[in-house]
Amino acid sequence: MAAIMYWEALQRAQDEEMARDPLVIVMGEDVGVAGGTYKATKGLYDKYGAERVIDTPISENGFTGLAIGASFIGVRPVIEIMSVNFAWLAMDQIFNSAAKVRYMSGGQLTAPVVIRSPGGTAHQLGAQHSARMEKVFMGIAGLRVVTPSTPKQAYGMLKAAIRCNDPVFINEHELMYNMKGEVPDGDYFHPLEGSEVARPGRDVTLFGYNISVHWCLEAAEFLATHHGIDCEVVDLFTLSPLDRAGIKASVSKTHRAVIAEEAEAPVGVGSEVIAIINEECFFELDAAPLRVSARNVPIPYNHKLEKAAIPSAKDIVHAVLKMFGK
Amino acid sequence: MTPADKKRVLREMLFARRFEERCYEAYVERKIGGFLHLYPGQEACAQGVMEAARPGHDYVITGYRDHIHAIKCGADPKAVMAELYGKETGSSKGRGGSMHIFDVEHHFMGGYALVGGPFPLAAGIAKALKMKGSDAISICFLGDAANNQGTFHESLNMAKVWNLPVLYVCENNLYGIGTRIDRSTAVVDQYKRVSGYDIPAVQVDGQDVEVVYQAAKIAVDHVRSGKGPYFLELMTYRYRGHSMSDSNAYRAKDEERMWSKRDPIIMLRDRLVEAGEISLDDYKAMDAGILHQIEGEIIKFAEESPEPSVNELEKYVLADNDPYVRGGAR
Repeated sequence: MAAIMYWEALQRAQDEEMARDPLVIVMGEDVGVAGGTYKATKGLYDKYGAERVIDTPISENGFTGLAIGASFIGVRPVIEIMSVNFAWLAMDQIFNSAAKVRYMSGGQLTAPVVIRSPGGTAHQLGAQHSARMEKVFMGIAGLRVVTPSTPKQAYGMLKAAIRCNDPVFINEHELMYNMKGEVPDGDYFHPLEGSEVARPGRDVTLFGYNISVHWCLEAAEFLATHHGIDCEVVDLFTLSPLDRAGIKASVSKTHRAVIAEEAEAPVGVGSEVIAIINEECFFELDAAPLRVSARNVPIPYNHKLEKAAIPSAKDIVHAVLKMFGK
Repeated sequence: MTPADKKRVLREMLFARRFEERCYEAYVERKIGGFLHLYPGQEACAQGVMEAARPGHDYVITGYRDHIHAIKCGADPKAVMAELYGKETGSSKGRGGSMHIFDVEHHFMGGYALVGGPFPLAAGIAKALKMKGSDAISICFLGDAANNQGTFHESLNMAKVWNLPVLYVCENNLYGIGTRIDRSTAVVDQYKRVSGYDIPAVQVDGQDVEVVYQAAKIAVDHVRSGKGPYFLELMTYRYRGHSMSDSNAYRAKDEERMWSKRDPIIMLRDRLVEAGEISLDDYKAMDAGILHQIEGEIIKFAEESPEPSVNELEKYVLADNDPYVRGGAR
């Protein structure tokens, strides 16, 4: 086990899979000669060449469609979309081609592409570079959606996604590429379905994914220290399909739930998780579940406004205290 | 093409015509649902190009007017008709329908219903073929109106930059749904639009199957020899509306009459009759044989086939039991 950064974990996963299988390719804007905007493809161009590490034109729908077409006959493309905001431009090919081709061909074709893209609000990037789009992707039948919260997950999920026969969207975060964490030394494949308990607890479950797992952990520490509330933190590393069994198991244990999502509340992870709680374990609840979400605004440039738009560990603490009547 | 080839081509184009006309009837009888885009008038396009290509070896992809392209690749017309009937024996097991015929075994990579969607997919198939060192090529058939999508420009650009073995065939039938090309498109001659990408592009008569064949042979040879992408524009005309829900009221009768005089099947038939290769009686017998085949085999198969089971509604959404979903093969 070595502690490496999130971007290094992604780089290592791609390097290993490219070394193993000559049909694994990487494509995207500036992934080659420049080594990737977030360094996730650093060094791969020199090692594998321009045929396999492809600097694309700024044509998101075009190059995503090209990767999907290549995947029909055995190529395993890893597409980097520089910012998830640009994925809207590729949405036609992701939604209409990759996610549907297996079904509408009666199982004859599949599009085993991996689409990696950072979403989330970073630092004052403005309305068109701060979107959180996981809510859009998780509603698409035929597409797997995962969102690693640690370097270990990033490494293991990317490796599993490259080998998986379904199209997989990996939702990353611009603020997490330099996060450090332990990653197994040998081949490691992280499941693409399920959830995991990031911190066990008895009193309330905090559900998070990607960056909000870390807010939940921070809030849990604070609540344990200052209020004697023992939070369980569940990492929903898979957004599609959501882990119904994992959600049910934790809520059946703690009887309370708070969902923390960086995106706006409408049509989001929070509303989905609450619906699942209703369907799976409503009578286990001791309090109405709450969600901690972003305000429903385009993300502003001004740093104070930006901060106010996005939830934080403090907001999670407030939600839990409110739930406990404190 | 030898005289024998020409006779076969005549029969295949007539088959395509009768097949589509029978689809029309089945649609009116409500045996076929959804949208139905028919090919009569354009038969020489798919036929001529696939005569020059290697059906079943080269990879073909197209839009929603796809029945005949699938059959030209080697798809069983019975399975295509069964698909239109929504049957389990259909080429996409009744999950696709008219616009989504697939026959991967014969390298027919599907019909897609988003106008312009197949452009980059075809480039991607070409990329994969190039990586694998295959001598197969990728062929994308689309209509003129698809060229107003961004994917047209994005894909031509990438195909040229990466020198991909892809042939783009533009079947220019002069209408994008119900809008005439000069009302929607700044440059009516589509091959001219390709000049911005430094890709060879030619325009030929799409109603004369021999002309299409000759032009396609040059195109296919170019692409197969590793010289990169090629664009072939075929001037053609569809006899029916865009789809069955189209009243076709937007076209002048004079225009329709003019094009009907350039019918690809009649032109080839008359040429063969004039050359003494066939008689009109031979042609009538050929037609009767086709109609018999369509009714007795193809429609019968589609009618008698079972529908998919509702218990299998969710089959084919995702791969079955993929080991990596659970974190690797254990």
